[in-house]
Amino acid sequence: MNRLWHGVVKRELALAYQQKTELVQPLMFMLMVVTLFPLGIGPGPDTLQRIGPGVIWIAAILSSLLGMERLFRDDFQDGSLEQMMLSGIPVSMIAAIKVFTHWLVSTGPLLIMSPLLAMFLNLTVPMYIALLCTLLLGTPLLSFVGAIAVGLTVSLQRGGILLALLLIPVFIPLLIFATSAVDSAALQLPYHPQLAIIGAMLLLAMAVSPFAIAYSLRVSQN
Amino acid sequence: MAGLVANALTCIKRDRILFENLELTLSQGELLYLRGPNGAGKTSLLRLLTGLSLPESGTVTFNGTDVGAPQSGFYDASLYLGHKSGLSSTLNALDNLSYWCAQHNVPVSKHMIYDVLERVGLVGLEDIPVRMLSAGQQRRVALSRLWLKPATFWLLDEPFTALDIDGIALLEAKFHDHVSKGGAIITTSHQPLSTRAGQHRVFDLEYRF
Amino acid sequence: MWKWLHPYAKTERAYQLCKTLQPWFWSGALLCLAVGTVWGLAFAPQDYQQGDSFRIIYIHVPSAILSMSTYVAMAVAAIVGLVWQWRTAYMAMIAMAPVGAVMTFIALFTGAAWGKPMWGTWWVWDARLTSELILLFLYLGVIALYGAFEDKQQAGKAAGVMALVGVVNVPIIHYSVEWWNTLHQGATISKFDKPSIAAEMLWPLLINLLGFALFIAAVTVMRMRNEIIRREIQRPWVKALAQKALG
Repeated sequence: MNRLWHGVVKRELALAYQQKTELVQPLMFMLMVVTLFPLGIGPGPDTLQRIGPGVIWIAAILSSLLGMERLFRDDFQDGSLEQMMLSGIPVSMIAAIKVFTHWLVSTGPLLIMSPLLAMFLNLTVPMYIALLCTLLLGTPLLSFVGAIAVGLTVSLQRGGILLALLLIPVFIPLLIFATSAVDSAALQLPYHPQLAIIGAMLLLAMAVSPFAIAYSLRVSQN
Repeated sequence: MAGLVANALTCIKRDRILFENLELTLSQGELLYLRGPNGAGKTSLLRLLTGLSLPESGTVTFNGTDVGAPQSGFYDASLYLGHKSGLSSTLNALDNLSYWCAQHNVPVSKHMIYDVLERVGLVGLEDIPVRMLSAGQQRRVALSRLWLKPATFWLLDEPFTALDIDGIALLEAKFHDHVSKGGAIITTSHQPLSTRAGQHRVFDLEYRF
Repeated sequence: MWKWLHPYAKTERAYQLCKTLQPWFWSGALLCLAVGTVWGLAFAPQDYQQGDSFRIIYIHVPSAILSMSTYVAMAVAAIVGLVWQWRTAYMAMIAMAPVGAVMTFIALFTGAAWGKPMWGTWWVWDARLTSELILLFLYLGVIALYGAFEDKQQAGKAAGVMALVGVVNVPIIHYSVEWWNTLHQGATISKFDKPSIAAEMLWPLLINLLGFALFIAAVTVMRMRNEIIRREIQRPWVKALAQKALG
C-alpha cells in the first residue's frame, strides 16, 4: 500500500504542485473560449442561456484536451515511466492512479470556476446544478478515455493536434448527453436518465481503460 | 535454467532486422560486456531483456519463467538503468530517489539515501531540483540506485556516459564488488572496461543490413 | 481449430493468399456491380413518391452499410493482431482503413446529393448522415495516427488500439446521435427510415451490396500486397520475387 501511496500518489501530487502554472493554463483557456461566445454571437440573455450548456461543455472538452498532454509526457521523456513499469506495480494500476490524480488536480479549479461561467452565460440555478452534476461525472470520463490516446501519442514529437483529432469524435456522445441534461434542467424536466447514461459510460471507461492505457504505454515504449 | 536467458530472440525495428535467433545467458557472478557499433541493437536488446519491449519472436526467461510474468520475481531481483535517467527534473534528488524506492519496494530511510548520495559524491546537492545539476551529477543520482536497491541482476545501458574519471573508477569498483558477491551485470559501453571492473565476458552484436 | 490460419501470420504466405484471391474478388466485384447497377438504374421500377431520384440508394445504401462493416472488420483485425501478435493482421487493418474512409465519404456524398431533391438543401443534420460524418472522423483519426509513427509496426499497434476504442464507441455514437436528432428535430421524418421495399427494387440492391463488398475486399488485398512488399523490401523472398518479375 505504501508502494502505491508514497511511490505514485504522493509523487504525482508533488509534481502537480511543481507544475501549478501548467495546470491553470487550460482553465484560463476555457474561460477565454467561453468569453468569445457572447462576443461572437451577441449578449442577448436568452440566446446565451440557450447555447450556454453546449458552450461550457465544448470549452471543457477542448481545455481538457490541452491539459491532458502532461499526463504521461514528462515521465515518458525523462524515463520515470519506464522505471515505474519495471517496479513490479501493475502498469494498469499506475495508469489508473495517474489519471485519477490528474483529474483531481485539474477538475478542482474547474469546479471553483464553474459558477463564474454559469453567470457569464446566464444559466439559472437548476441549470447550474445540472451542469455541476454532468461535469462531476463527465470530466473523469474525459480523462480516462483521453488517457488511452495520450498513451498512444506520447512518443510522438507533435502529438497535440493529433490527440484532438483522435478524441473529439469519441467525446461526442458525452457532449450530447451532458448538454441535454442541462437543457432538461432548464425546462424543469427530470435529467437523471442522462446522468445515468453518463455514469454508465464512466463505469465502463473506468473498468476497461486502465488496461487499454497500460497497453498503449507498452506500445509507446517499444 | 537459472539466471536471465534469451532464447531465439528476433528484433525488428522500422522493418529492419536488428538481430535474429539471438541466444544469451546471464548467470550470477558474471559481468557481461555488450559491444557493438551504433545502431546494432544494444539498447533494443537490453529493453527486450527487461520485458519493456516485446520481441518479434523468441522468449526471455528469468529462472525459467517469462520475465514479464509477475511470478518470475524478475522485477524485484533486477535493476535497469537506461539512456534516460528516470529522474523527474522538477523534483530534487532526495525526493526522486525516495519515490523510486517506494515504487520498487525498497525500504529505505532518509538517512540511507543521504549516505548513498554522499558516497557517490553529491554532498549538499540533495535538495536542489535535478534540472539544476550537471549531466554528470544527474548520472550519479541515477546510478545511486545501484547502492539502494538490493537487486542481483543489473542491466545498464551506457552507465559511464557523462561521468568523470573518479566516477568511472567508483562505478567500476562497484561492478567488481557486485560480481564478487554473486551479482550479475550486463552493460553496454563505448569505452572498453578497465581491469578495475574485474573479469568479464564480451558479447558482440553486429550491425546488419 | 484456428491452427490452419496461423501460417498466414507469415508475410510471405499472406502475400500469396492475397495474390490468389485478388482476381476472384475483382471479377466478382465487376460482375455484381455491372449487373446490380444496370438493373437498379435502368430496369427497376420507379418509386411512386420519389420518382427516379430514389435510385441513388443503389450506391448510398451499400456504401453506408459497408462503411460500418469495414470499421468492424478493422477492429476484428486489430483484435487478431493484439491476441496473436500477427504483423499481417495490422497490415490488413491499415489496408482497409482508407477504403472504409472512402466508402464513408461516398455514403455522405450520395446522402447529401439525395438530400437536395428531398429536403431542398445539400446538408441536413439527419441522424444517419451525422453518424456517418463522425464515422469518417474516426477513420481519419486511425489513418492519421498510423501515419504519425515512423516505425510502422508500432504504428499498426497504436492504430489498432484506436480502432478498438472507436468500435466500442460506434454504437454509442449512433444511438446518442439518433436520440439527439429526435430531441432537436422531432418534426422531420427521416427519409432513410426502413422503407418497405418491393422485391424487384430489392434484388439489384442486394447484388450491388455484394458487389461493393467484393470491391472493398479486392482493393484491400491489393493494398495489403503493396504494404507487405513495401515493409518486407529487405527480405530475400521479396528480392526473389522482384527478380522473377524483371525476368
